[in-house]
Amino acid sequence: MIHQYLMNGRHIVLDVYSGSIHVTDPMAYAAIGYLEKGLSREEVLQKLKVEFPESTEQDFLDCFSDIDELIESKKLFTKDNYAPLAGKLKSHSGNVIKALCLLVAHSCNLACSYCFASQGHYHGESGLMSFETGKRALDFLIENSGTRRNLEVDFFGGEPLVNFQVCKDLVAYARSIEKEKGKNFRFTLTTNGVGLTEEIMDWANEECHNVVLSLDGRKEVNDRFRVDRKGKGSYDQIVPKFQRFVEKRGDKEYYMRGTFSHFNTDFTEDIAHMADELGFKELSMEPVVLKPGEPSALTEEDLPILYEQYEKLALDLLRRKKAGDPVTFYHYMVDLDRGPCIYKRISGCGSGTEYMAVSAQGELYPCHQFVSDKEYKLGDIWNGITKEEAREEFRNTNVYTREDCGKCWAKLYCAGGCAANAYHSTGDIAGTYEYGCKLFRKRMECAIMMKVEESLMEQG
Amino acid sequence: MKHIITLSTRDLEKSVEHGGCGECQTACKGIANQNCENENN
Repeated sequence: MIHQYLMNGRHIVLDVYSGSIHVTDPMAYAAIGYLEKGLSREEVLQKLKVEFPESTEQDFLDCFSDIDELIESKKLFTKDNYAPLAGKLKSHSGNVIKALCLLVAHSCNLACSYCFASQGHYHGESGLMSFETGKRALDFLIENSGTRRNLEVDFFGGEPLVNFQVCKDLVAYARSIEKEKGKNFRFTLTTNGVGLTEEIMDWANEECHNVVLSLDGRKEVNDRFRVDRKGKGSYDQIVPKFQRFVEKRGDKEYYMRGTFSHFNTDFTEDIAHMADELGFKELSMEPVVLKPGEPSALTEEDLPILYEQYEKLALDLLRRKKAGDPVTFYHYMVDLDRGPCIYKRISGCGSGTEYMAVSAQGELYPCHQFVSDKEYKLGDIWNGITKEEAREEFRNTNVYTREDCGKCWAKLYCAGGCAANAYHSTGDIAGTYEYGCKLFRKRMECAIMMKVEESLMEQG
Repeated sequence: MKHIITLSTRDLEKSVEHGGCGECQTACKGIANQNCENENN
């Protein structure tokens, strides 16, 4: 399977199963397209002669020679040899768990109207995770991590800083045992910024591998949704804190994480605002996921605007890089040489198998977006997995079991997409959230185009 | 004249043998954005 597209004046060909990326001239682009459609060499040659009347016989021969060379080296029209691997994934990963999302607070000091966790309390009672519960969660993670060395824990909520002392104590506990256990804990923090203090910033900069800072961009955009309990916007309160946090963070990883909705489909303006006016360089803007019909939900009519915005963003990021002032957009960060292996590309994020969420009460769920859904309560950190059939359902779901992914060229880049989005939009974790797929494909086209431009720049 | 330029990319077929160690990281809350952390690959 191949995927061909034109962007920024480039003719780009992606060979899906080898992962190879080619940039071609118009003749080779046309020839590859005809061959993919099943035309014979002679038929392709006749078509090329009509389309490229100025070209010589030698040009056509050279073009076919280039194509043959790629086919020979398994970089074009590669067959799918990975389908049988999908069935082996189950035995490949065993029952290993290597990452937990700790919901240390089912409460929040903001009341964002688009929050999937119903303003932080997850459709239930507010509550904070105790140190004892958190400690048991870390022990549970170690006990179930097998030979994995890198273990990840995200402090999440609600707003985790509402329960900062427990976060701090849990990290201290993990650090006290990780050497003895032969593990390497990597902590991340996702925060709305309201509770940030100098002490917390210093702690996070010392202990957190990455921090995810929630800000939607321009003041009027951010303050439409990200409001406190009295309805007051949070922008003026959190921006100075985030700027101070990032300044103190130095070279360590962070991401400004925004959400865009039907009300700001011009989200590149929010990215530009965060980069140029606020000084943030590591950015992530995500499309809101809501039920269709909700006022801020993205619509089919928004799609052409969003596609144009993603292309505009890619070109702007290239411009910034050329000017020596680069900005990172999370979804355009694709390392072609050091990207994920085929197992990861087939199996996905690991939710429900190697990645789970722990509620403040110690219940286990497939990920943070399933918390409070009793159908998907997997067990708890004291008794382990008690609903084995739910874990099996996640384990048996991969890019080859999702029917909609079969003909999609991007499947080995998204690994079948987000199970929670699929579940909430189709009622089935093996379904696909088609709107998200459309945006993902566009983002990948843009990211690959950027790689093409960067590669050609390097080659002079 | 070259009609096609091929970018350097990870050989997915080779990763069948060497991949799957699970040490890579599990921003947005995009598999493509992840990097392999196995130095042997």
